[in-house]
Amino acid sequence: MAEPVLEVAGVTAGYVPDLPILRDVSMRAAAAAVTVIIGPNGAGKSTLIKAIAGLVPVSAGQIRHEGTAITHIRPDQMAQHGMAYVPQTDNIFRSLTVQQNLDLALRRAGPEATARLDRLHTRFPALADKRAARAGALSGGQRQMLAVAMALATAPRTILMDEPSAGLSPRAAQEVLEMARGLTESGVSILLVEQNVSQALRLADHCYILAEGRNQLDGPAADLLGDSVVAEIYLGGKRLRVGA
Amino acid sequence: MIQHLLDGILVGAILSLGATGLTMVMHMLRFANFSHAELLSIGAYVALVFDPLFKALLPLLSAQIGPLSMTWALVAAILVAMALTALSAVLFDRLVFRRVREKGEELSMVFASFGLALIIRNVIGLVFGLHTKLYSQDIVFATVLSRDPLILVKPDQVAVLGVALAVMAALHLMLSRTTFGYALRAVAENPALAQVNGINLGRMIVIVWLLGGALAAMAGVFYGLTNQITPVIGRDLVLPVFAATIVGGIGSIHGALLGGFVVGIAANLALVVLPSGYSPSVPFLIILAVLLVRPNGLFGEERA
Amino acid sequence: MIGVVSYLVFFTTVAAILAIAVLGLNLQWGNTGLFNGGVVAFFGAGAYGTLILGGTPQPDHLGGFELPYLLALLGGMAAAGALAWGVGVLTLRLRHDYLAIATFGVAVAFENLMRNAEALGGGAKGLRGFERPLREALGSGFLYNLAFLAFVLVCLVLVWRSLDRLVASPFGRLLRAIREDETAARSLGKSPARIRLTAFVTGSVIMGLSGGLYATFYAFVSPQDVLPVLTFQIWAMLIVGGAGNTRGAVMGAFLIWAAWTASGWGLSRFAPVEAQLYTGSIQYVLIGLVIVGMLLWRPQGLFPERLVVSQSGREGARSTQGERQ
Ligand SMILES: Nc1ncnc2c1ncn2[C@@H]1O[C@H](COP(=O)(O)OP(=O)(O)OP(=O)(O)O)[C@@H](O)[C@H]1O
Ligand SMILES: [Mg+2]
Repeated sequence: MAEPVLEVAGVTAGYVPDLPILRDVSMRAAAAAVTVIIGPNGAGKSTLIKAIAGLVPVSAGQIRHEGTAITHIRPDQMAQHGMAYVPQTDNIFRSLTVQQNLDLALRRAGPEATARLDRLHTRFPALADKRAARAGALSGGQRQMLAVAMALATAPRTILMDEPSAGLSPRAAQEVLEMARGLTESGVSILLVEQNVSQALRLADHCYILAEGRNQLDGPAADLLGDSVVAEIYLGGKRLRVGA
Repeated sequence: MIQHLLDGILVGAILSLGATGLTMVMHMLRFANFSHAELLSIGAYVALVFDPLFKALLPLLSAQIGPLSMTWALVAAILVAMALTALSAVLFDRLVFRRVREKGEELSMVFASFGLALIIRNVIGLVFGLHTKLYSQDIVFATVLSRDPLILVKPDQVAVLGVALAVMAALHLMLSRTTFGYALRAVAENPALAQVNGINLGRMIVIVWLLGGALAAMAGVFYGLTNQITPVIGRDLVLPVFAATIVGGIGSIHGALLGGFVVGIAANLALVVLPSGYSPSVPFLIILAVLLVRPNGLFGEERA
Repeated sequence: MIGVVSYLVFFTTVAAILAIAVLGLNLQWGNTGLFNGGVVAFFGAGAYGTLILGGTPQPDHLGGFELPYLLALLGGMAAAGALAWGVGVLTLRLRHDYLAIATFGVAVAFENLMRNAEALGGGAKGLRGFERPLREALGSGFLYNLAFLAFVLVCLVLVWRSLDRLVASPFGRLLRAIREDETAARSLGKSPARIRLTAFVTGSVIMGLSGGLYATFYAFVSPQDVLPVLTFQIWAMLIVGGAGNTRGAVMGAFLIWAAWTASGWGLSRFAPVEAQLYTGSIQYVLIGLVIVGMLLWRPQGLFPERLVVSQSGREGARSTQGERQ
């Protein structure tokens, strides 16, 4: 792999002191590629993303983005580092309107704000139609669109997405994933957590498998798709604990 | 009856100003701040100190404004009171709340707030004396709006109501039209997501204390102007202000604005049926009623 | 000499009565994390309940049921429990700040009601007409006070021992589980709201007992006895002793009551006459400083039993200690 955009090296992290959820996790995401993280429920996938975003304290290890150490950044400094994060749940402000959510995300865009808003509206016409609606009243798919749009509003070079397709219809889920793929064409790097393993593997470049807070396996997505172990665990319908 | 309604609206406006800051702090820092009402007291007393000071320094300011007992000096004193109270709110956070928070003792914050309230209230009593004071000794006659039924309104009351409504309108515009307002509401709804969206939480907490302190100071001076100034303003207003936040739903700024009026009016109308000795209990009855009928308040969302 | 002894008896009686209330608060706050901003309401319900049920008939207020003393005391405790149940049912499933505000409100309303409703509690004049039990047998002098102290101490030890046992039981472990991780407790199939309600009501019944004893001791209760300051004192006792630990709660009660009495005495004796009006304010500032200072510098209290809140294996250590005492 060429020099990675995002590098997690031996990270141990958890919500409360002395109770690590992630243990010695390492991972690298290549530039302008989709890197996917899969693993059973409670594996620590969201925790890993939150640790990168600065929402969960890291007690050991290092995180680098574009060569800069970002191990202990505050979440609100992410945009300054060219990163954005779409949380798994509660990822929009329900009490604000769609437009207010976007305005908030565009707050630091300065003179570019109007142009960016126009581009977001072109990309997500539903958000333009619903601009005056309370975000809490949106459908699941529209909420997810809004959340992604808010992430894009800061013109990030790297986006962390935590199960953006969760709760969506198969078609909408496919659309979200394809959109993520499409973003890489303009040079954006994507780190994606997904439950739709086969869909995700088809679309991703590289894949990491996490279980019980540790690295289990990783490799090019296409290889894992053909891997019998992964197939048995994730694609055969049975979901066992990897490595248990 | 109508007189009670008018009085209720006036008290309601004062409670709304007090409740707005409280609801934001309560929601953002997740504790019931029993010392918030003392900020009203601090505001009232700061104005009491600076009002004569301004009059002495700039005699021009001693002129009364139109038919009001209020002078320009008092207006200037209110501004100083707002600034100093806002700063003391931040200071209390630095000295007490933030340190308790950082120890991971979030649940203890409510104890700390009670302790702080006791200290503030009684230090005020020690410094300024326990007896009541007034901003102006001049007697301002009430205007008779109607003789049958007898309805009296003092010019000061009208002015206070007007200013309070204007401040609320400004707050409303800020919340619904400016990105700063969106940021405030965003932090109230979901602090972690707000951070992810580039909002500096630490700075926002300071701003909320400043805003809450300034509004509380204004409410305190208005209360002093339409009633009297005593060291127990905080003790007397803490429950009504809490009731206003619960009526509106903890965390909802619009709810707090409306909740203040609901509590003010209900408390005054209750006096039509209840002997006046019971008025301290009325806010509690309102809280009970809300908890029975609509526990999350008029505007609150269901939250754990 | 006899003066000193009789003062000591008096002091110990009041301190032990308050210690019982602190133990009740410890169950709520120390073990379950429930903030009670209106301790005095439950204390007051016990006091008024006991006197109304056990007193002689009076023309101007409710009461005079002349129940046997122990029954009256139980009735007072039941009144405190009923009040707690009402508040708890309404607030315990909501965010914790609702409980704080509602309990604070209940105390304000309780005092206000007792001050105004003359037909209920005699109004500002208070409740009279209560005969202290066994007065004929023991007289009303030193001997009586000594016997009453013994009774109070028996109550204190009983409450203390049963709370230690309760906390070491599976129920006690549940309380802690809820305090520390509500979601986990719920996933065990327990309803945290129900268990919290049980703990809240039990703690309040204990406060009711304390109030009942207090009213018995003075054979009188008035709105002056249910002022918010009592709530603050009881908190300070718990915080100084160390929340979550019964031994600390009792030691805190004696320590703070001694400090309060001594500061009151010192101020009234040495403060200049013109400042006498302000001794109350000074005492309030002191108690506020004690509360805030402890939280900032010694949140575990002066008599911590342990350093970490949750640790398995603690139960054993604790119950053996309970046995020894
Ligand atoms: N806020 C929190 N505080 C404490 N522990 C948490 C918190 N959030 C998650 N955990 C714990 O961390 C572990 C990993 O959770 P995480 O959310 O990272 O899993 P995940 O892989 O994203 O699972 P899912 O597929 O369900 O989203 C779990 O055991 C969970 O209970
Ligand atoms: Mg997850």
